[in-house]
Amino acid sequence: MSTKPVFFNEMYDGDAIRPAYAKVTKWFDDLGAETLALKKAEAEALFRRIGITFAVYGEGGSTERLIPFDLMPRVFTRSEWDRLERGVKQRSRALNAFLWDVYHRGEIVRSGRIPAELVYRNEAYEPAVVGINPALNIYSHIVGTDLVRTGPDEFYVLEDNCRTPSGVSYMLENREIMMRMCPELFRSARIAPVDSYPDLLRRTLHEVAPAKCEGEPTAVILTPGAFNSAYYEHSFLADQMGIDLVEGRDLFVDGDFVHMRTTRGPQRVDVIYRRIDDAFLDPLCFRPDSMLGVPGLMNVYRSGGVQICSAPGAGVADDKAIYTYVPDMVRFYLGEEPILKNVPTWRCGEADSFKYVMDHLPELVVKEVHGSGGYGMLVGPASTKAQIAEFAELIKKNPSNYIAQPTLALSTSPTFVDSGLAPRHVDLRPFCLVGKEVRLTPGGLTRVAMKEGSLVVNSSQGGGVKDTWIVAD
Amino acid sequence: MRLTIDHTTRYLYEQPQRRITQSLRLTPAQLKSQKILSWDISSDGAQIGARFVDGAGDVVLLLTKGTNVESVEIRVQGVVDTTDTAGVLTGLKESIPPLAYLRDTPLTAPSEALRALAADVGAGGHDGALSLAHALAGATRDRVDYVIGATEAGVPAAQVLDLGQGVCQDHAHVLISIARLSGLPARYVTGYLHSDASGEAHEASHAWAELFVEGLGWVGFDPANRCCPDDRYVRIGSGLDALHAAPVRGMSFGAGSETMEYSLTVSLGQSQQ
Repeated sequence: MSTKPVFFNEMYDGDAIRPAYAKVTKWFDDLGAETLALKKAEAEALFRRIGITFAVYGEGGSTERLIPFDLMPRVFTRSEWDRLERGVKQRSRALNAFLWDVYHRGEIVRSGRIPAELVYRNEAYEPAVVGINPALNIYSHIVGTDLVRTGPDEFYVLEDNCRTPSGVSYMLENREIMMRMCPELFRSARIAPVDSYPDLLRRTLHEVAPAKCEGEPTAVILTPGAFNSAYYEHSFLADQMGIDLVEGRDLFVDGDFVHMRTTRGPQRVDVIYRRIDDAFLDPLCFRPDSMLGVPGLMNVYRSGGVQICSAPGAGVADDKAIYTYVPDMVRFYLGEEPILKNVPTWRCGEADSFKYVMDHLPELVVKEVHGSGGYGMLVGPASTKAQIAEFAELIKKNPSNYIAQPTLALSTSPTFVDSGLAPRHVDLRPFCLVGKEVRLTPGGLTRVAMKEGSLVVNSSQGGGVKDTWIVAD
Repeated sequence: MRLTIDHTTRYLYEQPQRRITQSLRLTPAQLKSQKILSWDISSDGAQIGARFVDGAGDVVLLLTKGTNVESVEIRVQGVVDTTDTAGVLTGLKESIPPLAYLRDTPLTAPSEALRALAADVGAGGHDGALSLAHALAGATRDRVDYVIGATEAGVPAAQVLDLGQGVCQDHAHVLISIARLSGLPARYVTGYLHSDASGEAHEASHAWAELFVEGLGWVGFDPANRCCPDDRYVRIGSGLDALHAAPVRGMSFGAGSETMEYSLTVSLGQSQQ
């Protein structure tokens, strides 16, 4: 006998509409079917014109596609958000403390709280930056925390993204579109603005300029180029911040510093917000065949002549096996109890866990430790016996490459489908900025699984996006 | 032993290059086995800067030269007093945990034959890690003959073992690979070697491996010469493999080919200059 999981519906409490959704629901009701259809078509056209057709970075999609935009926003009340905000900021502080620690004395390892092997044998642990001090000891300047909700006050962190989390351009563009679609709502409902994000990001980048920087820091965004799936976001952010978007070939190292080629001659660069992976940053330090990076960049970084955001080596904190220890990091470094919960996780590399996972595959979600974007994963309840058996063989071959989690009862948010509004599962990625202060824009990227019953929200697997509103209680 | 080193490396470009960038790992650390009396790195017309000390305790410098570069010359001159510590590395200020030296790189990735070799040596029964380390170094040399010209630079350990021939770089890679397979952290070391007439054939610009032995720390093994480094050796730098430990890792922007020439003397006593 199987029990159907009960999903938390963010809009309805029984038959009653929850306060968060009251205003927006009434507005859409008053609109009438015909006007609504027009609005939807208009929103779609806007999205196409803007050209947000990229797949979220790291999610592999090589062909450009339009990610469905849902006109119905996802809404939190201010008090719900305040708790989330405290939790996300707390986690970002702990992750940065962890990164500084494991590249220095490794106190958390010495104390026995995290196995040394897991950290130091981790592929994402970068020996080349051991002992290096990034500005303000910050490694991850933009932390994207993926959250799901399972109840009125229950939130779980699915994963942390400490390297180059993408999707923030959606947060900004979704809002832009919503403000054009329903200006009346923005006048009457008190919806927290998100448009300060580019300014806060720019401020964060300036705050982490190296000590050698003289005067106003020069920050740039380093992109792998126009063929990258997130190129739109790179150019969008550069434009919004009023800073230069550069490729590796636009930069060069001379003496102690990095310079940018400009029409007015070389200009020194102090901070590089890089949207390329560690392995490609500098052929003299990492992959020698990389044509995307800047030769000597890592030497300048390590000698204190430039700051790289996020700092090389930051990936060791968002590894899926390390993830299970983040609550311990919060306690160890901050002396606080974690505000946000982790999803219970079995590490298949451990004998007991391996046995449990193999016995319970139909009810679990299994992920590759280094995988991302909904590839290389098994969603037990949604898989056939044959698919499960096939995946079991993969796990047996290399158990420590996998972790397993229970299938979470992801909350639903009302979403426009052919038949009208219907509940669809959602997650949330807010973008936390870490500089002299830790800052969180009230909002984020809500991803929605457009297929009925689907729990996979990744854009590469047919997920869509929504605007995320924080409204006054 | 007082050793005087004079090492000049010259890169010549077929066509002028727009820019040359080189990361230099050319500075020996003060160790119990080596006291650096003087050390100088110079290059005419190039900038040398961006100095830092990495987690392995190596001083790293950056050489940049632009524009229309036809050649780059790096001269290293130094005087070092060496002491025999039986290969045991003492006095190096480093912070990279030994566990980080268990990872594979493309040059040290295991093959079936490397696994079999590691298993063979392990099956021999050893009284502790040090004895195992010696056995691994011995087995490396038994399986790979010292033959100059049999390999180019940068041949993966797996290929070296199949070929059964190589020079110091190849021996070091094979030893590093089978040491890691045996659970011993291992790394590539570059340095200079004073050649005396009675020694086996070897190169003055040399490479060997260090294996981490619990309780003792890092211990050098030179499989090419079937010994542990002694007072004929000057240790320069280390890394996961020859690429990471390279004394000069560079890149040039421009067309045409590059040729490298060098002159090196490692002589006894004070410099003649």
